[in-house]
Amino acid sequence: MVQKLNSLVESASQTAGPYVHIGCMPSYAGNAGAYDCEIGESPIAEGAKGEIIEITGEVIDGTAWALRDAMLESWQPDAAGKFPGQPGADPNVSGFCRFAVDPDIGKFTLRTVKPGAVTTRNGAMQAPHISLWIVARGINIGLQTRIYFEDEDNSSDPLLARIEQKNRLGTLVAKKSGPGQYAFDVVLQGDRETVFLDI
Amino acid sequence: MPDTTPDTNTDAGPLIPRNRAAHPQVHDVEYKTSVPRSPRWPLLSMESTPSEETGPRFGHDILGEYDNNLILNWTKGAAPAIGERIRVHGRVLDENARPVPHALVEVWQANAGGRYRHVKDGYFAPLDPNFGGCGRTLTDSEGYYEFLTIRPGAYPWPNRGNDWRPMHIHFSLFGHSFGQRLITQMYFEGDPLIDQCPIAATVKDRAQLDNLVAPLDLGQSRPLDYLAYKFDIVLRGRRQTMFENKLEGM
Ligand SMILES: [Fe+2]
Repeated sequence: MVQKLNSLVESASQTAGPYVHIGCMPSYAGNAGAYDCEIGESPIAEGAKGEIIEITGEVIDGTAWALRDAMLESWQPDAAGKFPGQPGADPNVSGFCRFAVDPDIGKFTLRTVKPGAVTTRNGAMQAPHISLWIVARGINIGLQTRIYFEDEDNSSDPLLARIEQKNRLGTLVAKKSGPGQYAFDVVLQGDRETVFLDI
Repeated sequence: MPDTTPDTNTDAGPLIPRNRAAHPQVHDVEYKTSVPRSPRWPLLSMESTPSEETGPRFGHDILGEYDNNLILNWTKGAAPAIGERIRVHGRVLDENARPVPHALVEVWQANAGGRYRHVKDGYFAPLDPNFGGCGRTLTDSEGYYEFLTIRPGAYPWPNRGNDWRPMHIHFSLFGHSFGQRLITQMYFEGDPLIDQCPIAATVKDRAQLDNLVAPLDLGQSRPLDYLAYKFDIVLRGRRQTMFENKLEGM
């Protein structure tokens, strides 16, 4: 026998299910007024510094069908790479957004400020990116990924550098589709499957 | 005083890597929707960065008076929901067994008849005009939370020929790091449908599934008012060491 570790095991995840919106986005579920203030309605407030951008896309399953019931959350720093709460962070950037795909056509839009680069504890510079978390019926544990930008220098990003199959890099990079407009799909499974993260 | 450490302090240690064996199998043929919605390629594992170690924080300013009382919140206190009155309480801890204070706990559930107040739920159990089905609260400085609700009904769902969800409450949790995000479900002690449910069965480690089943807690029940169930939740922790430094060779 040996001593017992004092650690606990993380609680098991369970799917968010088809009705995740009633708990997390009551207005979207047709229950406006359930809360006075819903969280994550926008990651930015009026006056946020930097370039305001819109990222649009779909969450696509292994049959190439766009999900109609997925919920997404994003988390990011401000245009200078500072997260809310850090000294000097832009007070008009909350950094957090909760959004859902359209129930009829499956499209999502994230309107935010383009994030700045962030240094890791090892001193490596991460290219600008937005963290993304996707849940839905049939997803048994929330999927983590990142949105990078094709018009940024991604050449020395430590995460992208770890992807062996360079042909998959593009799944993490939003394509510029117009001024301030980007396209980014999340592909859950298949030939174009997004690189999902375990971080 | 570890709890006063700023959560944005990247020197506080990386997140402990997730033990995926403690979580559901992502592709499970008995839960049909997981088949086209689960990745086939391995996840990319990496040490956490500020992107995962920081996270949104929420304060009491967002909470309304009845947010943690699902019996009353839909009618803003005017009329109670129909059903068996219960209190759900517990603690949010991390993998280091430390409380997670000021964690946002969001819950949603079906009404006593097994019907959700959601535009997409067409089950013929009626809606309760006095029940919305969502609530939220923040843990206190010791990680404790509680809310009042009614016991949700079991409900049928299209999967295999005759699948029913056991009574359950959905939980969404924010710790202090975005990498701690967790959505799970609470089941009720003694419900025979738990062992028939293909969603519960996605958790292959029986001890981990048992940890999602809340025991009846008579001691915390209020005589002539409500029964209590206890449901503790563990979120990812962070490595605790003074030896955080550059990686070997860097
Ligand atoms: Fe449910």
